[in-house]
Amino acid sequence: MQRAALDLWVGVFVVAGLAALLFLALKVGNMTGFEQGETYTVKASFENIGGLKPRAPVKMAGVVVGRVSDVSFDNQSYEAVVSLTLDEKYAFPTDTSAAIMTSGLLGEQYVALEAGGEAKMLANGDSLKLTQGAVVLENLIGQFLYNQADSDKAADSSPMPE
Amino acid sequence: MINRALNSIRNMGGRVVNSVSRLGMAARFFGLTLLHSGQSFSRFNLTLREIYSAGVLSLTIILVSGLFVGMVLGLQGYETLQTYGSEEALGILVALSLVRELGPVLAALLFASRAGSAMTAEIGLMKATEQIAAMQMMAVDPIARVVAPRFWGGVISMPLLAALFSAMGIFGGYLVGVVLIGIDAGSFWSQMQAAVSFQDDILNGVIKSLVFGVAVTVIALFEGFDAPPTAEGVSRATTRTVVTSSLAILGLDFILTAFMFHGV
Repeated sequence: MQRAALDLWVGVFVVAGLAALLFLALKVGNMTGFEQGETYTVKASFENIGGLKPRAPVKMAGVVVGRVSDVSFDNQSYEAVVSLTLDEKYAFPTDTSAAIMTSGLLGEQYVALEAGGEAKMLANGDSLKLTQGAVVLENLIGQFLYNQADSDKAADSSPMPE
Repeated sequence: MINRALNSIRNMGGRVVNSVSRLGMAARFFGLTLLHSGQSFSRFNLTLREIYSAGVLSLTIILVSGLFVGMVLGLQGYETLQTYGSEEALGILVALSLVRELGPVLAALLFASRAGSAMTAEIGLMKATEQIAAMQMMAVDPIARVVAPRFWGGVISMPLLAALFSAMGIFGGYLVGVVLIGIDAGSFWSQMQAAVSFQDDILNGVIKSLVFGVAVTVIALFEGFDAPPTAEGVSRATTRTVVTSSLAILGLDFILTAFMFHGV
């Protein structure tokens, strides 16, 4: 093997190996890069975001229109502030509402948008007024049991219609 | 009768003492290799040649196996995840199992059988044809000239090969999951990125493959250097290299995993 050819092949090998590491770091791991296309960002406050994570999809009518870019906590209102990065291709009315939903049984959580009727469209930096947080299973069960007990009591006190 | 029983116990003891003393020799050999590594860096073309024969020539098998392992993971993972309605988690499954375990371990096993066995056979044959003895006659240190460059060539190649294996496997999982089955590409990547951490998963995988690289090359070089200078001796040493280094990789992997991933 010629010295030059040897150098070349080893160089190709090392470059390929480093490129694979870079791919793992940037595309597979969470050292973010790559965000294609023009976007704009709006904020939405939720009283509970459940398991919503950054980079979760934002959907309208089931179509992905953006991603969650950041999740933070507002110490003034004690609410979670979620930044939604939306695709510039899509415009939404200012009274669009946002809700946190779950896809599948154990699936990921995402933000679902529902369009309102305003003529004005959302711009970069706006915030959504109408929001609905994630459903917490424990609260739901608690509420259900409470209602059940209430209706039982009501049934006991009223005389049986016979 | 009693004699035979005594003999078998004696043999067992002899085997244990023998393997422990071989372990000691291997440790001394490893130390000597590290001590005599100066030349592998001052005359780097020696090491370059070994990176070529250990790393570049293993590329094909590593890339092809990585692709197929990833594709199988994609198919099997989809079958199971589908029953829970969470096919989007396929990206996490493929990436985490490759980056944490399968990438380093399978790449090291392939490396042991592809490059490790070749190293043993080469050095064993050098010894059988008295090239090593000739070097010593000419006051050339065979550890510095023959062993250390091969050691560093293997240690440098191993993490790169493991990274290529993982990357290729994730690409295979993507091919099956997104292109063939039709999972949403966005959630495939985004769930993967949300779940795989650079420090906890990728860096630990690189550390694992470095440790495996050291273990495999030391075992291969020691078996070659220690082989009886006969055809049968060399063939036995080559077999022993593959068996011992495979067991060493799996054992070390368990220990490293227990250290790295408890509670992650």
